[in-house]
Amino acid sequence: MKGLLRNFKQYPSAIIGSILVLILVGIAIYTVIAIPYDEAIDQWRGGEDVRGAVPKTARPIYVNWFTSKKLPSTMVLDTTDPVEGVEKSEQDLGKGLRDINIVFRFDFNADDFPQELQVVMTSKFEDKNPFATLTWIKPDGTEIDLGDIGIKHSEIYRFQDSNLVEELQGVAPHIALFAVPESDPPEPMKGTYELHVDAIVFEEEADADAKFISFGQVHGIAGTDTRRRELSLALLWGTPIALSFGLLAAVGTSFTTMFIAATGVWFGGVVDESIQRVTEINMMLPFLPFLIMVGTFYSRSIWTMLAVVILLSIFGGSIKTYRAIFLQVKESQYIEAARSYGAGNWRIITRYLVPRIIPVLIPGLVSAIPSYVFLEASLAILGLGDPILPTWGKVINDARMSGALYNENYYWILQPAVLLMITGLGFALIGFALDRIFNPKLREV
Amino acid sequence: MAESPLSIEQTGVTSPATRKRPNAILRLLRYTLLKIITLGAAVVIGVYLTILVANMGGYVDEIMKGQIQEQVMLTVSMDPKMKVLSQAERTKIIENRIQLEVERLNLDEPFIKRSFGFLWDALTLNLGRSLKLSSDTGSRQVRTIILERLPSTLLLMATANLLLFFTSLFISLYLSRHYGSFLDKLVIGLSPASSAPPWFYGVFLLLIFAAVLNVLPFGGMVSAPPPEKLGPYLLDLGKHLILPVTAWMLSYIFSSVYSWRTFFLIFSMEDYVELARAKGLSSRAIERRYILRPTLPNIITSFALMLITLWQGAILTETIFNWPGLGEMLYSAIQNFDSPVIIGSTVIFAYLLAITVFSLDFIYALVDPRVRVGSGGPKS
Repeated sequence: MKGLLRNFKQYPSAIIGSILVLILVGIAIYTVIAIPYDEAIDQWRGGEDVRGAVPKTARPIYVNWFTSKKLPSTMVLDTTDPVEGVEKSEQDLGKGLRDINIVFRFDFNADDFPQELQVVMTSKFEDKNPFATLTWIKPDGTEIDLGDIGIKHSEIYRFQDSNLVEELQGVAPHIALFAVPESDPPEPMKGTYELHVDAIVFEEEADADAKFISFGQVHGIAGTDTRRRELSLALLWGTPIALSFGLLAAVGTSFTTMFIAATGVWFGGVVDESIQRVTEINMMLPFLPFLIMVGTFYSRSIWTMLAVVILLSIFGGSIKTYRAIFLQVKESQYIEAARSYGAGNWRIITRYLVPRIIPVLIPGLVSAIPSYVFLEASLAILGLGDPILPTWGKVINDARMSGALYNENYYWILQPAVLLMITGLGFALIGFALDRIFNPKLREV
Repeated sequence: MAESPLSIEQTGVTSPATRKRPNAILRLLRYTLLKIITLGAAVVIGVYLTILVANMGGYVDEIMKGQIQEQVMLTVSMDPKMKVLSQAERTKIIENRIQLEVERLNLDEPFIKRSFGFLWDALTLNLGRSLKLSSDTGSRQVRTIILERLPSTLLLMATANLLLFFTSLFISLYLSRHYGSFLDKLVIGLSPASSAPPWFYGVFLLLIFAAVLNVLPFGGMVSAPPPEKLGPYLLDLGKHLILPVTAWMLSYIFSSVYSWRTFFLIFSMEDYVELARAKGLSSRAIERRYILRPTLPNIITSFALMLITLWQGAILTETIFNWPGLGEMLYSAIQNFDSPVIIGSTVIFAYLLAITVFSLDFIYALVDPRVRVGSGGPKS
């Protein structure tokens, strides 16, 4: 074992590969602990209310590090959760009337416009609902009347007031309200903006609150998709799923295959013959179409798929390779010695035959992991991804289906693709080094 | 697809000492017969399994019955002439029509019995009619549907695979001559790149060349509308071929070159090659006579197996590039529960594979005098 480690260190590729795999394993463990399964599923599959202020198809935050044109990020200013720049004051107007004055003051320094604006207003009242007037003040002092709105418990003002639209001359409000006047194409004006919400309440107990949301063009470490879901969640949860699928499929397949080959060779005769026939039948079955059929007709669950993948791969081409090696080993003298002192069939297979094949098995197993990880993604591309779990392949498929390539939302497709690539590369590098360590004959060529 | 040639076993290799026995012909016949029987049995069982799965063990019958019932109820309830009839009479008419339709499609027979009918039809290549899919000409014949898709799949897959096969063969021969060179190390270093399937590279290629640079089409086989003159048409076709073929090459070339190179290297270390070198033969002559000759059976096997994988098309590559080929057809057949199309495609594949495996034994004997058909050795 020590020798193995020393050998392993001689291959820089093995070290890089191990680091990549260790990082992935670390991410996987962190994800499973930090975002429990149920929570992740809720967040991924729940409605918009679960997600809150998340913009649609926003780029990842890191985009801003590489471009000189800084994109605005999402900003939430809430009177129930006051931060600096949020002021709420009251003024008694007499006759039971009160004026609740809410001011949102914020700096805007991005080089592009936000994606969408919203003011969510909530109120408490008995009979007569509060009435609010909204005003927008630009850094240069221009005041824009946004219109009036009656606040019935919960009201979302989407800057679509008819007067406002007319005043802005058809330019979308999230652009016009931030634009330098007369600029074409519109340029954002930098500086301190103010949004005033003047709510008149008509009752003693009545109250009004407001939340201003400016949906940005960048959001979160991985951006968001068209359904306002944070991609970071899917990318994080995709890691343990991809790793476990790849590992389980590779381990399940290679160990079972090896064991079947050993049994066949040891017992020979009918057993060996029937294993060969089953291999031939399996060869006739088209692998991917069969998987697609099972996925379409029966179940798309990733664990069903895993079982079918293993089942179809057991009697694959590698059984012949193993068989050829076992046939040689079977004739060795130490096997004869074992038999002569009375070792049983089972003991000979597990203790004498199987260990001899480990040098071939282990590198093959490690190298096989990426192909199974990619297989899971391939199934997702065909729309056969797991119906519940978020996986990398499903993110790529969602992106493709929403035309991410046409709409230039490259991050959406690139991030899961890069993760897949890192996984593939990591295991392939390790497998490659292991192959050379376990089979020194290859080292010379 | 690009299976390592190292894993391919030579069938029936035997020493020349055991040659020319009197019962050679008899043994050849017996071997041939045995091989035909075992391969035939594999085809039959494989196709039958496909039939079972493609019909969901008879569940597709239930779906069809449900569809018939719905259809009949709808037509009867929409028919003004039926409105005058009483409820009981109408129910009777509905039941009659359902019965008729079910009998027409033989749905009243148990599935097990029907499945053997399917098996016989499939094995005799009586592919029948599809359930949902139709060809561009509107035909429901499975044969027509498959034949219509065949050229486009062959165009893509043959271009990609032939290019891959011969390029990797030539590069690997070159590398085996210059082993240890920078290029050799580069290819070894890049061989892990083959763990990613072609569609994966396809996504990147589409992103770069179609989305960002906008120089090549996003997918499909020809532009819409297709150019009318032959010259521009072929040019257009070629333009659409570039990305899928490149994706295919990128995915398979490195591991393919790597395994062939290792294979050739093993052979070029044989004593007789050393001797030839010592005699001062040109490296070209050594390559042709002492390296390619003995590896010919493996090259042929690899080539033959590659040819039959053409048949299946590439479901994923065709899906990513919207290529109207057999893979894409198979995928939409599965999506539509169209079992006749699935079974038709599978049975042709099984036959092609069985014939190839069978004939490879004889081809070996033809190209390699050390191999004799039907002699002992490890059976494959």
